[in-house]
Formats: sequence, structure tokens, C-alpha cells
Amino acid sequence: MNDNLLYIFVSALVINNFVLSYFLGLCPFFGVSGRLATAFRLGLATTFVMIITSLCASFLNAFVLPYAPYLRLISFIVVIASTVQFVEMVIKKTSPALFRALGIFLPLITTNCAILALALFQTSREYSLLQGVVFAFGAGGGFTLALVLMAGLREEAELSSVPAVMRGTALTMILAGLLSLAFMGFAGLFSAVE
Amino acid sequence: MSDPAHPNMPSEPSGTRLVATLAAAGLFSGLAIVGIYVATLPIIEANNARALERAVFQVVPGSTRMQGLLLDNGELHAAGSGDAPGVYAAYDDAGTFIGYAIPADGPGFQDTIRLIYGYDPAKRQIIGMQILESRETPGLGDKIYKDHDFAANFDALSVDPEVVCVKHGKKTSDNEIDAITGATISSKAVTAIIRSTNARWIDELPGPDGVPPLEEGDAP
Amino acid sequence: MTGAQSHYEEFSKGIWRENPIFVQVLGMCPMLAVTNSAINGVAMGAATTFVLVGSSLLVSLLKDFIPKQVRISTYIIIIATFVTVADFSLKAMAPALHKELGAFISLIVVNCIILGRQEAFASKNTVRMAVADAVGMAVGFTIALVLLGSLREILGSGSLFGVSLFGPHFEPWVIMILPPGGFIMLGLMLLVFASIREQREKLGERLAAEEGAA
Repeated sequence: MNDNLLYIFVSALVINNFVLSYFLGLCPFFGVSGRLATAFRLGLATTFVMIITSLCASFLNAFVLPYAPYLRLISFIVVIASTVQFVEMVIKKTSPALFRALGIFLPLITTNCAILALALFQTSREYSLLQGVVFAFGAGGGFTLALVLMAGLREEAELSSVPAVMRGTALTMILAGLLSLAFMGFAGLFSAVE
Repeated sequence: MSDPAHPNMPSEPSGTRLVATLAAAGLFSGLAIVGIYVATLPIIEANNARALERAVFQVVPGSTRMQGLLLDNGELHAAGSGDAPGVYAAYDDAGTFIGYAIPADGPGFQDTIRLIYGYDPAKRQIIGMQILESRETPGLGDKIYKDHDFAANFDALSVDPEVVCVKHGKKTSDNEIDAITGATISSKAVTAIIRSTNARWIDELPGPDGVPPLEEGDAP
Repeated sequence: MTGAQSHYEEFSKGIWRENPIFVQVLGMCPMLAVTNSAINGVAMGAATTFVLVGSSLLVSLLKDFIPKQVRISTYIIIIATFVTVADFSLKAMAPALHKELGAFISLIVVNCIILGRQEAFASKNTVRMAVADAVGMAVGFTIALVLLGSLREILGSGSLFGVSLFGPHFEPWVIMILPPGGFIMLGLMLLVFASIREQREKLGERLAAEEGAA
């Protein structure tokens, strides 16, 4: 059971990174990753929402959804929207500066497909409560990692001479592609299978 | 001050109105979702059953009928309609037991691999294997389901003492699997999955005499 | 401007001028994830079209009855309903395609394009205009999906819609159907589109300057 948990965590963190391998959470990845500090904090907020969502999804899957499997999508959305609302209120109270810095991206966590995908994957892979939480930590950590790396690369790119037509999304895409290529090197990390 | 885009709406709707709108939306949504669910459920279940049957009949050659089994306190018995089977028993037309089909999964090179393999308890041999789901590297790791020679490894694979993976071309004994050149890790992953699943099931699965008979009503 | 003309305007803007992928840069997740083959792009485009047109139709029909305070929640309920219908229907009608697309059918519900069109357009316009807008955006989205899907499939698998193009001795550029290839290919496509737009702008400026000088 132990190395199973480790595999789930490391797999979600780097081997099958949510952003660079599964193409999830790309809207904030391309939208907010201009500044390192903001990117890191958004990553943390998203990770927190993921963990709560994972717990609620486990609960729903165990007790409610077996009776009404067709309500899965709607109930997950409601959970995510409510959690984001709650996180927004907490951040507004405890750190108004952070609230201002994150701006529109905080409520946009609701439309971050990575969170809904987390709940859906956790369901289809039939993870237990503990496995789900570990999965959420790994996925959120991987999302934060990708965001932070991209922010660093973009801050560097701003100082380089890039043709005008290439600036903006096209360059970010290609940087993301190279990052994704680098992360492919993590495959086989658990190949100590003897 | 009313909203110019919606001149017919009061600008400060009462709480009741807000709740009523959401309730109405919920009602419409609920009806539509339940409707489509009820309409498509038989088709989806039939599709799933067909896909499972195809896999089981392929890994247990000669079988045409099957049923799901559950292990309960060391005793095998037929799985009820609400239970998820742990293994499957495959029979021929006459209802004679041929072999088990055991689903398994585990980490591959890239992501989790899901497979199913056939097992003959009398000969203590694996008699077939099919990859159900994998995300291995195209052109290399994906040969685990594209390479016929690799699949042939599993046609008469002894499980004693345990299945092992050897370098391509070096297979000498019955319990060895020839790895795919260039896809050693994926090949070893498949072997490890089968080995660990064997450790869990082989000793619990009785021979042909101990298998629960095919219950009528499971006919395809 | 006659009614028909403005309907056509609303429809056509989604295809080039305000293309959701190339111009608005929305809906990136499905764009990259399901374009490893052309047929997957078509299937995702069809599903998204169904959800977008259906939601816009309903939202526009009911816009006078949905109070501003609960509009987002109501839109999401409507969208999620259409997505669930599309999901179950595809699972029943084409289980192989449904397995290929995986969770991304369900993820249509958080596709920013759909919620964006409800908020920005469908809730403020007539039914006919809203549908024209929805169809235009959906067509633009599908074109982008099929374009990227075809490019990646041709280079990465040597086939198009499953039909092998180059014969058995073609060594495919496998990275194209893997995640890095998706990012890089889309980046190159955006580059091409950006430079086309720039050329057209420059041409327009030059023509205007010549006209002004004349």
C-alpha cells in the first residue's frame, strides 16, 4: 500500500503532470504565469481547492452517487464552485493584499479543468479516501510546479529579443512544449520493477 | 433602475424569485439528466458486457460463456448482479469450465496498465493475455499490445515458480517472457503486474472441480 | 444593415475575426488534449457544438427570467445538463470514441468558451442572434480542432482519419502525437496566424495610405 501511495503522488507530480502531460489547467497556465510570486500563490490556492474537492468527491462517491450516478458531474461542479467561494472569502479576510494580487484568477479557479478532472480521474480509478488526497497533493503540486517553471521562463523571455510576431501566446506554447518534453524524461521513474 | 438588456425584470428580485429560478433550473436539469440516463443505460451496459466478453473469450481460448466470481472467506462463489467480480470463470458451450480470466493493473512505464489474462488451473499455465488500457510510448512501449510475438509469450506460460521477464531471444523455460527490444521497461511492467496478481489469486483459485458451476441466466 | 446580414456577421466572426482558439485563446485544454488525431478533433467539435448551441438557445430564450444574481449558477446548471446528455449519448452511440476522448467530454462544462458566450452574448441578445453566434464560435472551434488534429496525425502517425498516407515504411514523427508535440504544433500554428493577421493589417494600412494620398 505504501509504495502505491508514493507512486500515485510522484506520478501526479511529475511523471504524468496534470499540465504538461494531461493538458489540464491550461487557462491559468497561459494566463497568469507571467509573474513568479502570483503563479506560486495561485498554485497553492488551487492545490487547496483540489484537496477539499478530493475529500468531498470521495464522500459523494461513497454515500450519495451510487444511488444517482447521473448526478456526478453536477454535484462535482457544485462542490468546486462552493469551495472556491469559501476560499475567496477566507483569503479576502486574512490577506487582502493577496486577494488583490490574485484578482480575477481566484474565481476562475472554478473553471480550471484540472480540478474537475481530478475528481473524475479519482472516481474512474476508484481511489480510496487516502489515495484521493495523496493524488490531490500530487496533482496540485505538479500544477504549481508547472506554473512556477513557466513563470520563471517567461520572466527570462521578456528580457530576450524575441520577434514581435512571436511574442505572447505563440512563444508561451513553444516554451510549454519544451517543458513538456523535459518532463517526459520522468517516465520510467518507477521502473524498479524486478 | 432597470437593466436595459432585460427591461421586463425587476432590478431587485426577491429572495424567493432567486430560489425559484434555481429550483426551476434544477428541475429541468434533473429531468433531462435522468431521462438520458434511463434511455442510454441499457445500451451502455450492453456495450460494456460485450467488450468484457470479447476480452475474456480471447484470453481463454475456446470459451463462449462466462460468469463473474467473488472470493469470500476463501470460498469462490458466483457474483450477484450488484457485486463487482474479482475474477471471471469461462466455460464452453456445454457449460464445461475451461479457465479463469483474471483482471489486473499496475504501473507501467508512463502510466497505469490494465490487462486481463487467462489462467488454466489444471495445467497451472497462463493461456492468454490482453492489454485493456495503457498509455505507453507510441512506437515503443505500445508494442505490448501491437506485437504479436509478445502476445504469443502468454499462450502457454507456466506460473511456477513465478513468471519472469528475460531479454529478447533469451527465453529458455516455460515461465519466461521474452521482452520487447526497445520496450524493456513496459515488458517488465506487464510481467510484474501478472506476477503480483498471481501471488494474490493463484493459490485461492480451485481446479476445475472446485469452480462454481455456470448459473443459468448468465447465457450470452 | 438588414437582419440577415447581421446574423451572418455574428456567425462569421466566430470563424476568423474572433476565433475562440486563435484569437481569444480560450478552450486550450481540449484543443491540445484531443487533437492527436483528426477524428478525435471532429468528435470533440461535434460535442462542443451541441452543448454550445443548446445552452445559448436556452439561455437566450430564458434571459428575461433569470435574475442577474443567480445567472452564473443557472448557466452552469444548463451547460452541465447538456454536457451530461452529450456524454451519455456518445457513450451509448460510439463507445470507442468516448474512450478516446476520456474525461474531456465531461470537461466541456468548464470550457471557458461556453460560459463566456452565455455571459457575453446569449444573455443579452435575441434567440436568433445568440444561435448564430454560438454556431459561429462552435464552427471556428471545430475548424481549429480538425486543423491541429490533422496536422498532428499526418506527422505523428502518417495517416489522416485513420487512412495511412505514406505507406508502411514512413517513420512517423511520434512526438507530434505526444503532449510536447501538441504544444509546439499549436505554437507554430498561432505564429502562422499571427503573421497572417499582421500581413493583412499592413496591407490594409498601405491601401488606406495610398487611398488617402490619392
